[in-house]
Amino acid sequence: MIEIDGITKRYDGNTVVNNVTMTIEPRTVTVIVGTSGSGKTTLLRMINRLVEPTAGAIRLDGEDNRAMPGYELRRRIGYAIQGHGLFPHRTVAQNIATVPVLLGWDKARIDAKVAELLALFQLDPAQFAGRFPHELSGGQQQRVGVARALAAEPNVLLMDEPFGALDPIIRAKAQADLLDIQKLLKTTIVLVTHDMDEAFHLANKIAVMDKGELVQYGEPAELVKNPATEFVQTLIGASERPFRLLSIETAAEAVEPGTADGKPLPEATSQRDALSQLLWTGRNALPVAAADGTILGKVTLEGLTRRAAKPQ
Amino acid sequence: MSIRFDKLGVVIALLIAYGALVAPFATLRANRIVPGEAKMILDALPAGAGIALLVLIVFAAVIVLLKTPTLIRLATAAAALVALALFVGMAATHLTPPENTYARVSPASGFWILLFAFALLAADSITRLRPQPAIRVLLLLITLGGAAAILMSGLWDGLSILKEYAGRADVFWLEAGKHVTLALGSLFASVAVGLPLGILCHRVVPLRAAVLNTLNLIQTIPSIALFGILIAPLGWIAVHVPGAAAIGIRGIGAAPAFVALFLYSLLPVVANTVVGLGGVPREANEAARGIGMTDRQRLFGIELPLAMPVILTGIRIVLVQNIGLATIAALIGGGGFGVFVFQGIGQTAMDLVLLGAVPTVVLAFTAAIVLDALIEMNAPQRNRGRTA
Repeated sequence: MIEIDGITKRYDGNTVVNNVTMTIEPRTVTVIVGTSGSGKTTLLRMINRLVEPTAGAIRLDGEDNRAMPGYELRRRIGYAIQGHGLFPHRTVAQNIATVPVLLGWDKARIDAKVAELLALFQLDPAQFAGRFPHELSGGQQQRVGVARALAAEPNVLLMDEPFGALDPIIRAKAQADLLDIQKLLKTTIVLVTHDMDEAFHLANKIAVMDKGELVQYGEPAELVKNPATEFVQTLIGASERPFRLLSIETAAEAVEPGTADGKPLPEATSQRDALSQLLWTGRNALPVAAADGTILGKVTLEGLTRRAAKPQ
Repeated sequence: MSIRFDKLGVVIALLIAYGALVAPFATLRANRIVPGEAKMILDALPAGAGIALLVLIVFAAVIVLLKTPTLIRLATAAAALVALALFVGMAATHLTPPENTYARVSPASGFWILLFAFALLAADSITRLRPQPAIRVLLLLITLGGAAAILMSGLWDGLSILKEYAGRADVFWLEAGKHVTLALGSLFASVAVGLPLGILCHRVVPLRAAVLNTLNLIQTIPSIALFGILIAPLGWIAVHVPGAAAIGIRGIGAAPAFVALFLYSLLPVVANTVVGLGGVPREANEAARGIGMTDRQRLFGIELPLAMPVILTGIRIVLVQNIGLATIAALIGGGGFGVFVFQGIGQTAMDLVLLGAVPTVVLAFTAAIVLDALIEMNAPQRNRGRTA
């Protein structure tokens, strides 16, 4: 659990983050959104003390984050940034091993961890361990960047626009992979982005920052249903509201009894994509299949339309 | 098949033609200071040898002129250089009248032009072959080894420059030692001071402009003026600081030369350190901090390794510059190869000037090649991968 308690940051009398209080639940994905200059990155960087707050306190599992030197704190918190930030003169394996080496792990444990993470990120250790960052594609570099952030098995992973430099196709894959890994490792993730699609795709909870203030903090559906300010509404986009609602949940959660003709949709498909399929194929209903292929039921145009409507 | 010309080859072939057919190959003088008598290749060498050399040169010129495989061009250059080295020694023996110890034979403009032309051809071929750094150092060692072997064999003993050497063999090596000590010593001192100063300038931005401008100013002071400026403070130190005179600090001599070289060296070292550290990718630095490296770990683990090629380039500039500049030390009694240069100028004996100048050039050239190889071996992987 991360407790942010009355955090303020001022630079030369300029307030960048103003009295933000929020609690981030363990083992969840929290996305901080806002326009540039909203203070979202500064807020993130105060969690691992890359930026020292002017006032307020941040507690990790009840312990003040100033209880130890900044560099020791940062070794216990994963950190991944836009453009991956890999060290160009070190191999993939050396990059991933950075924090374990700083922590003084023995060699066998480091090697095992590196191999495990490479496999987890679908990079063959035999092929990739000895490569240098410039020999990887953008998506591979980004995965190595996240693997490095997770190497010391941190409870908390901070990500600053981690997918900002990727093209849309690789970005979607990277987001899906991140969700899988989060489910597997149960890491608490705090992610900063200005991409609302990304926020709705990844977040358990979204925090909206505007001019240094935390204007709304809640579940994605809550933001769509009851935007706290004009700004939140603009950010979500008036014409996007029904689709935002649909993009939060999966087709499995909209399943109705019965069957339908057509190619089954995987249960993990978002309701938004399911609607898109229905519209495109011109059908009123499509079957939904579990990962093992069994048919769970169907999604219908009518059912999805109801879910996309403004809550009464 | 149409005949195709090599662009640079045309220039080199013209040089070769001029050097072989128009300019004299060797000069014979009655003694070391009178003007001499220029000899063309056919006059300078025994009959058969002269013709052999001309044939070889014409043959080489044709290969140079046409588009030929690079390895053949390199072999041609190597063969021509070896032939030039051997025949110039032979010319010395041939031209010197028997039992005459005053007569001097020295290579003339034609020889130097041919040497330059074939050296250019060799350099061009090596550049086109793009050898690994280790191979380049190996080629250098082979060249130096070949020259050393010819020197030891006594083949060049008839040449004027070696007659000058023969009379000064012990002094020569003493001055060589002083020259290298001055050049390397001031280099080490400037790296020891300049590297931390550069790091400081990188971290403390307000300091940067002040330090770099000061060092720039020092660079503009002529060396003679700098020696003059240093006489008073170093003289004062010698008198007033106990032990200073004992370790050789005086107003003139090696100490001011050392200090001057050191001061001139600081700018390249500091400036390149600042530029190198400034070129470290921002994301790498940011990530290093974000995952918990201390400032020291970041400096030694990330910043310095990534800045190293640029810093080494600065050190290369300093070393080559110092080897050349160290000749000036002789002006104030600091020793080094400059001793022969200034004695030679004083006595109008060009051979003596060459005895100082040639080793300086060879030393600077060797240092440049070795350090270039070192820089390339230290270049970050991303650059090496692209050129391969």
